[in-house]
Amino acid sequence: MKQVFKRPESMTDKLFHFCPGCHHGIVHRLVAEAIDHFAVREKTIGVASVGCSVFLYDYFAVDVIEAPHGRAAAVATGTKRVLQDHVVFTYQGDGDLAAIGTAEVIHAANRGDNITVIFVNNGIYGMTGGQMAPTTLLGQRSTTSPYGRENRRDGYPIKMTEMLAALEGPSLVSRVAVNTPGNVKKARKVIRQAFQMQLEGKGFSFVEVLSTCPTNWGMTPQAANDRIAEEMIPYFPLGTLKQKDVIDVL
Amino acid sequence: MSSPKKVFTKGNEAIAMAAINAGCHYYFGYPITPQNEIPEYMAEHLPAVGGEFLQAESEIASINMLLGAAATGVRAMTSSSGPGISLMQEGFSYFAGNELPAVVVNMSRQGPGLGGINATQGDYFQSVKGGGHGDYKLIVLAPHTGQELYDLTIKAFELAEKYRMLTLVLGDAILGQIKEPIVPWIPQKTAGDPDRDWVISGAKGRAPRKITSLFLADGEMEKHNWHLQEKYERLERDDVMFEEVDTEDAELVVVAFGSVARIVKSAIAQVREAGMKVGLLRPITLFPFPRQAMLKLGGRTKRYLVAEMNTGQMVEDVRLSLPGDCQVDFYGRPGGSVPTPEDLFAVISENYSKLEMGK
Repeated sequence: MKQVFKRPESMTDKLFHFCPGCHHGIVHRLVAEAIDHFAVREKTIGVASVGCSVFLYDYFAVDVIEAPHGRAAAVATGTKRVLQDHVVFTYQGDGDLAAIGTAEVIHAANRGDNITVIFVNNGIYGMTGGQMAPTTLLGQRSTTSPYGRENRRDGYPIKMTEMLAALEGPSLVSRVAVNTPGNVKKARKVIRQAFQMQLEGKGFSFVEVLSTCPTNWGMTPQAANDRIAEEMIPYFPLGTLKQKDVIDVL
Repeated sequence: MSSPKKVFTKGNEAIAMAAINAGCHYYFGYPITPQNEIPEYMAEHLPAVGGEFLQAESEIASINMLLGAAATGVRAMTSSSGPGISLMQEGFSYFAGNELPAVVVNMSRQGPGLGGINATQGDYFQSVKGGGHGDYKLIVLAPHTGQELYDLTIKAFELAEKYRMLTLVLGDAILGQIKEPIVPWIPQKTAGDPDRDWVISGAKGRAPRKITSLFLADGEMEKHNWHLQEKYERLERDDVMFEEVDTEDAELVVVAFGSVARIVKSAIAQVREAGMKVGLLRPITLFPFPRQAMLKLGGRTKRYLVAEMNTGQMVEDVRLSLPGDCQVDFYGRPGGSVPTPEDLFAVISENYSKLEMGK
């Protein structure tokens, strides 16, 4: 009998600690599948960020460096400058990447550092208990925007993909979602492309993945999943905004 | 045999030269006066040895790039001055928690705030008492000449690797900018050891590794803290460095580090000529502080004068180290004012005369 589905080799056999309905598990898997696809597990180094994804090293069967909050892109830059033939990726949430780590990711992107950044945007600080994030939508309630995010006080949800696409350095800048089987398929392809860019030495690749946080959104997994299509995608449109030429082997 | 070749060079360049000769091929930094000759030298010379020089967008990025490089087991460094070092303190704490070796140079300048670009020793507390969050130490080396800047930079890489700790070379604007002859040399060991069991190199044919400072399981964090403490105790036992000058018969011992110690040496030569029995104890490792040496010295010499270019920082460690019956006075010049040998001659003489009166 032919086995048609299994755990990627780049993943460990450990149960996720993520809440029911959280998309981190799916995104983890897609990243692991990309690493498997190119058979680079043994030369891949993950850089974990601070937030729910800090436990990257529990789930990925690769070497992992844990970065201070927001600094993953700078840490990855340092690692990649030494191990230039290795694959280096960061996995960061929206608080980590789009608030405290904005400078680090913009400059890594602008230098075209040959790393891959996976940016999981769920519009809230998950691990610390549901505070307002730079990507929290207008009107969205959080523990630090209890009456809803208001642009005059809090500014607007920040669009990192659009910002980074304006730079010369990146090879790939794309926003995907994993809320439907179709979107998972598209996300799988884009994440693979991001790793391919790095393997071909084309420079900084960036994939934003819209993600749920049912616990801190105060929603059921189903309602949280629906919210991606109803509220997040209209503000954070999906698509690849920048892509350097690549041989399509996918 | 020909005599060793001397080169005439700035302190900052001596550090950069020593680092490259010690096998440091990775440098990450951000411009700040008075240490710019270090990144400039690195930018010019690292490509020739196949290394990487990278100008970061901030000192926060510099220290984290250094962290990413250090995790691979290579020799790497950054340098800055007070305001930039403040920004790096977060990273210092992570280096301590992660147990990663690397070298940082602080060519300190006036503070607080933007301060000024002249030399002070106002960063002593920041260097030896932590600075970042958590219960940790750095190895802190305090050179006082161009040659020592060179020698201690090499030593800094060796100690960093021996203890898996960040080693800080604490100089100041005087030491960084002064130009003097030094004799460069190349140490026997000039590379990190890629076979160490913590090095991040890709999980090829072995179990994956992680570099982390996160310990959430019950009791794990305390265990980690005691493990770090054990290293700090080992450092104090095995790798304290200090210099004693004319202390054998001294009735008054001046304690000073870095560029002040150098000025004190000139002053002591003068007071000795004037017949005063004065010596110098110069801590070379500020952490580990030469506590045992001070305790021993305090058994026979009872009067001390601590001279610093600040309002009184190392003096606290001197008081903590000496036996309770020792008298410790302080002479400080903060804010970029540098004492002359004559200033120190005057203050040492005055202090010494109190000693004579007490007899």
